[in-house]
Amino acid sequence: MKQRQNQNAQAPTLLQRLGGIKKTTRTDFLTYIGVTVVFLVMFVLQGQGQLSNSLSGQLVPICCYIVMAVSLNLVVGVSGELSLGHAGFMSVGAFTGVIAAQSLQEAIPAGGPRLLVAILVGVIFAALAGVIVGVPVLRLRGDYLAIVTLAFGEIIKELINCLIVGWDENGLHIIFNISGTQSVNNLGLSENGIAIIKGAQGATITRISTFLAGYLLIMVTLIVVLNLMRSRSGRAIMAIRDNRIAAEATGLSVMKYKLMAFVVSAALAGGAGALYGLNFSTLVSSTFDFNTSILVLVFVVLGGIGNIWGSIISAAVLTLLPELLREFDTYRMLVYAIVLILVMLVTNNEWLRQLPERVRERMQEKKGGARP
Amino acid sequence: MILFLSNLISGISLGSVYALIALGYTMVYGIAKMLNFAHGDVIMVGGYICFFATGQFGLPVPVGVLLSVIVCTVLGVVIEGLAYRPLRQAGSLAVLITAIGVSYFLQNAAQLLWTSNPKVFTSVVTLPSLSLFGLTISDETIVTILACIVIMIVLSLFISRTKLGKAMRACSEDRAAAQLMGINVNRTISLTFAIGSGLAAIAGVLLCSSYPTLMPTTGSMPGIKAFTAAVFGGIGSIPGAFLGGILLGIIESMAKAYISTNLANSIVFAVLIVVLLVKPSGLLGKYVPEKV
Amino acid sequence: MSKMVPIPSTGLVPERDLNKTPVLDARNLGIDFGGLTAVDNFNLTIAPTEIAGLIGPNGAGKTTVFNLLTKVYQPTRGTILLDGHDTAGMNTIQVNKAGIARTFQNIRLFDKLTVEDNVKIGLHNHTKYTMWEGIFRLPRYWKEEKAAHDEAMDLLDIFGMQDLAGHVAGSLPYGAQRRLEIVRALATRPKLLLLDEPAAGMNPSETAELMENIRKIRDTFKIAIMLIEHDMSLVMGICEGIAVLNYGRIIAKGTPEEIQSNPEVIEAYLGKRKE
Repeated sequence: MKQRQNQNAQAPTLLQRLGGIKKTTRTDFLTYIGVTVVFLVMFVLQGQGQLSNSLSGQLVPICCYIVMAVSLNLVVGVSGELSLGHAGFMSVGAFTGVIAAQSLQEAIPAGGPRLLVAILVGVIFAALAGVIVGVPVLRLRGDYLAIVTLAFGEIIKELINCLIVGWDENGLHIIFNISGTQSVNNLGLSENGIAIIKGAQGATITRISTFLAGYLLIMVTLIVVLNLMRSRSGRAIMAIRDNRIAAEATGLSVMKYKLMAFVVSAALAGGAGALYGLNFSTLVSSTFDFNTSILVLVFVVLGGIGNIWGSIISAAVLTLLPELLREFDTYRMLVYAIVLILVMLVTNNEWLRQLPERVRERMQEKKGGARP
Repeated sequence: MILFLSNLISGISLGSVYALIALGYTMVYGIAKMLNFAHGDVIMVGGYICFFATGQFGLPVPVGVLLSVIVCTVLGVVIEGLAYRPLRQAGSLAVLITAIGVSYFLQNAAQLLWTSNPKVFTSVVTLPSLSLFGLTISDETIVTILACIVIMIVLSLFISRTKLGKAMRACSEDRAAAQLMGINVNRTISLTFAIGSGLAAIAGVLLCSSYPTLMPTTGSMPGIKAFTAAVFGGIGSIPGAFLGGILLGIIESMAKAYISTNLANSIVFAVLIVVLLVKPSGLLGKYVPEKV
Repeated sequence: MSKMVPIPSTGLVPERDLNKTPVLDARNLGIDFGGLTAVDNFNLTIAPTEIAGLIGPNGAGKTTVFNLLTKVYQPTRGTILLDGHDTAGMNTIQVNKAGIARTFQNIRLFDKLTVEDNVKIGLHNHTKYTMWEGIFRLPRYWKEEKAAHDEAMDLLDIFGMQDLAGHVAGSLPYGAQRRLEIVRALATRPKLLLLDEPAAGMNPSETAELMENIRKIRDTFKIAIMLIEHDMSLVMGICEGIAVLNYGRIIAKGTPEEIQSNPEVIEAYLGKRKE
């Protein structure tokens, strides 16, 4: 390495100075444009009735899973913490969102604005849950954090299972059915009242989610996550991931930034949950169990840890994959499992990996070094 | 009082099963530093093998149990060799996802082979139940607890007294150094998977004897609970797995009896969280700070 | 012996210069690890613009002293005054904010981030905008990011590393990684910079350059620097005061000349491994 002894080294050109910002901005914009183009194509195809029923029905869930994957990537990839309870936050968002939407049916008759309010409610409550979970557990490291997030996911599922909620002109009626003996009749609703959540039987919902809303939620998620990564806070989050001890010695509040990543991620998952919940006419809390958390984690890992683009694509493809494997019918989940194992082996075994690794590095150099 | 004791004993019995499963988790974690999520599904396979051996083919119970242990042992070694060994140098997340893949695979393979209809498992234990001071203890409970104690003792002796046990401890302490000392690390890890999976088979048979519904997903929740038990006791620690398993079983049984059936799992998990917050490496785990 | 930079500061020999509050004043510092005393009775003052050296045989406890000063370990005994303020009860993060920055013996960079980002993380607490301003890219984001970028570039220029700004830190050659660690530490605007074996793994010409640069850093930023180093040409060349540690205790303090002629030091250290 040659060193410049000259103290008055030339000032860097404007281009050089903007260099650091420009590359990532370009990647980000390509992401926004890519998502928008795919959305427009699907939107038009859907409008012309060219999509199969099953695909059409998958559009909103795919949007939700993309948001889930991108937001989980903020924790797993960007912050470097393994969370196995992401579905718990989705669940909180889904049920609070559903409660809000169902309660506001008369106050806000229009579906769009009501959906927006529901999503905001979902975001806020999931963020709250994120704080409640994150503050105590983010002190734990690695596998311990993983098991505790898993535990919280299961706890959230069981708690929601105990909820009985109804709405009438006097407001919300909520029972927490610990004993398992109570039902909607105990709510004391007036004649005009509606039952929203009936414990383990789940929620009854007026569907208002739309593909457009899904697209907008993805865009908001991308803007939040990508801009956060390119900001001071995001740098701090990644620094703590790369080397916690050095980050502390450099004056970064480790807990603050771990929590920031965790809560932002939980909030976005809450938004996805609200959208997901309002896309179905019934919803039970076991939809958001450990397996859902794992499913989203699989999206993130297969898409590439910390790679936002990868999360989007793998969430979309893997949600559709079981559908695409329909011709294998009974074997499709088995094939899915085998594909998952093989992909992990191919991408992570040193011997198998060397070739694609070199190709990827060359591509990254061409692209100008997209961030990991 | 009788009721309390009966709940306590059924908790210990359930905990014994958790402890047996947790042993597999904790041994594998100690040596391979990986969370083997497929471990719970090995239990399910063990249950099915025994079910078909004794029920369908009418083999005697000891043969059925032995067969189940053999199949699971082989299965564990094969899984390790095919799916985990190529990832020895890879990051822990990659191994975790692979283990999840293996878990999906086992569940779906079981569904294809044996359908998702629940099978009613006939208990392998056919002894009279024990009555003491008005307290009835079922034969399954007694056998489960005894089996767990015997296995714990044998396993502890194996680990502390034999050459292979020493090799296992060496590998878990420092794999590279163990290798330099001439220990065959791959074989030691295989052995660990073999033992863990064999224990899982026994746990599967005992679990199904007490809770006789057998489905492709039967292993997944006990698997998660046992994993929790292993972490609870301090993952990597064999006495910790035993302690964690028993305590978890008791807590679950008590929560079901006295607080809420609906929230039993939540209470178990909440206790785990509290323990980890107070003692971040579990009850008997060692906390190793990062060296600067 | 090279000539010293003409700045009057010989605080390691506290009797000579007490006009200013020392930037660091460690009193009776000590730590035990489970009954084993790693560092004991450690007394040291460093003047505001001094270059001080901490030397000693392997295992003498030098890095432990750094870990005590930066509160990676909480000391069992003693006090640490930073600029006259007690650092008792502070953690690593607060100590850094109060003015101590360090490098690590085994390099600790943010490997997956670029060189520029590594430095910007050093500037983190001096870049003032909130998470929301960052997410929505409000005016203050652009202003502060530009300022951070400019300052990062200026700092990288100390070691002529501007060209490397876009490279991933983990991919840099060893020497450049060591230099980047120093730049990152400097970016936190410390009063006292702790360098743990900055010349380790460098060849003689690189070491000579490093020496010049350490002096340049002191002269430019007017900060105190304490370094642990085994390369005696570097230590004797730039340190104005030296403390010798053996078995966790200071066995000698003084100017390079005094240390070199100290019989106890020669016996404990220099005598065994002539450089």
